[in-house]
Amino acid sequence: MRRRQTHGIVRPKSASNTFLRWLLFSILGLFALYYLMPMIVMVITALKPLDEIRTGTLLSLPQAPTLEPTFRAWGSACVGVRCAGLSPYVLNSVMMVVPAVAISTMLGAINGYALTKWRFRGADLIFGLMLFGAFIPFQVVLLPMARTLGVLGLAGSVWGLVLVHTVYGLAFTTLFFRNFFVGVSDGIVQAAKVDGAGFFGIFFRVVLPMSLPAIVVTVIWQFTQIWNDFLFGIAFTVGDSNPVTVALNNLVASSTGVKEYNVDMAAAIIAAVPTLIVYIFAGKYFVRGLAAGAVKG
Amino acid sequence: MARPSVWLARVRRVDVWLPKVVVAPSFAASLFFVYGFIAWTVYISFTGSRMMPNYDLAGLAQYERLWNTPRWFVALENLFIFGVLFMVICLVIGIVLAILLDQRIRAEGVLRTIYLYPMALSFIVTGTAWKWILNPTLGLEKLMHDIGFTSFEFAWLVDRDMAIYTVVIAGVWQSSGYVMALFLAGLRSIDDEIIKAAAIEGAGPWRTYVGIVLPMLRPVFLSAFIVLAHLAIKSFDLVVALTAGGPGIATDLPATFMYSYAFQRSELGLAAASAVMMLITIMAIIVPYLYSELRSERK
Repeated sequence: MRRRQTHGIVRPKSASNTFLRWLLFSILGLFALYYLMPMIVMVITALKPLDEIRTGTLLSLPQAPTLEPTFRAWGSACVGVRCAGLSPYVLNSVMMVVPAVAISTMLGAINGYALTKWRFRGADLIFGLMLFGAFIPFQVVLLPMARTLGVLGLAGSVWGLVLVHTVYGLAFTTLFFRNFFVGVSDGIVQAAKVDGAGFFGIFFRVVLPMSLPAIVVTVIWQFTQIWNDFLFGIAFTVGDSNPVTVALNNLVASSTGVKEYNVDMAAAIIAAVPTLIVYIFAGKYFVRGLAAGAVKG
Repeated sequence: MARPSVWLARVRRVDVWLPKVVVAPSFAASLFFVYGFIAWTVYISFTGSRMMPNYDLAGLAQYERLWNTPRWFVALENLFIFGVLFMVICLVIGIVLAILLDQRIRAEGVLRTIYLYPMALSFIVTGTAWKWILNPTLGLEKLMHDIGFTSFEFAWLVDRDMAIYTVVIAGVWQSSGYVMALFLAGLRSIDDEIIKAAAIEGAGPWRTYVGIVLPMLRPVFLSAFIVLAHLAIKSFDLVVALTAGGPGIATDLPATFMYSYAFQRSELGLAAASAVMMLITIMAIIVPYLYSELRSERK
């Protein structure tokens, strides 16, 4: 370490400094292992045949790695009485997540734009009232939502979940776009107005193209939240319409026959892969969503 | 356009109400799905509803029943144990990691990514993994036996008194990286000059952090606390995946209590009363925070 550096915890004295650096790296490395352990265990367990699980331990590497548990988890493991693996439920989740993310993001964008660039009387109040929806414990809306979905004929369907996630995602998407548009200069909008562009003209031709970063963050954040949801999934869907999180829980919790830990772990990995990929490739945007979620929680 | 000025005027008039029209559906949805639903739940909590909603008011009967239900006390006690430990351990780990990572580490990016990835995963997924690791016969215990610690025992998951602590372990694993990210961002926003000044004054690293840096991060403490408290009160998936509330009802939390009474025992009124208690708790934490945030924003 160079002597000039005062930013570190260690004031530069070479011998103790080297020791402290080693200590620092060991501590950080141990924590890295702690965070990685469940993932490592999941992956090596999923690659083992069942008898190796009984004879080996958590961390022993597979002697004869096999993808058989993964294929079973995907296509033939039994969730309840249906033995088609997780694949139909992954499809349910996709069918739920795509429209819910698209609609809540679009509405959030136009709300944020209208609330900041066309400020009308009561805009702040409306925003404040909408924001509250991001903080409520969802238990307080479960019962009336179940009845409303029943009345609408959406009970037990993927479309019901699309509605639920869209509605309760709005508070966050609106918050996020509002915060983004607050930082966009009013001058641009004013100039476009002088040029004769109207509300939608400015939105589609000026504002939307420049808000691409906000769109990316919102889409990634909403995707992760909705894909990972369990509460709404278990409360509002039954059997065939379960999203993948609920199906995974049913698969793992099922107590019939021999417990196939390798298939359980492979199923967990399948349910984790989409958000994990997003995190690995767009982690920066995910973290930005988290930062905005510091308000959402 | 033949007469642009007239056309322009019409456009302008449209633009006065168009923003309101655009926001209206979302606002209406939130009035109905948030405020309307809360009102419905609160109302039901004052009725004698069981299997089906019954709209005859019954005063505080459901609240009396709730507070006379031993299982509700188990849930509250668990929330207290889980909540306090979860928040304290997450804060400690998060702050320590943030400070250590702030020492200009070469592999910072990789480490940060590793510490934070649990947040991207569903509690159901990670609960499944933890359940397997904490499995009394096949998991950690067997690993330790095979290494040579034959007397090692670890059966918290099936121990009535200890099971709630396994929920803490998994919960901390999931959320401490997030606290780390919050504090790291906070540390990075502190002016280097202040730290240099402290070093010139002769303050050691410990005194610099405890005496100067951490007090400056008060707003970060506050938002971390709010987020963690919020997460703790809402925790549902983690318990379901890890212990399903068991053994027996040993790891019940208010969220699983509410779900069980609403959807398995068909006690709508009681479930509504417990949901209202949850709402009140969260509001007691969130409303003052939101109020101060929005106020400071206006200044």
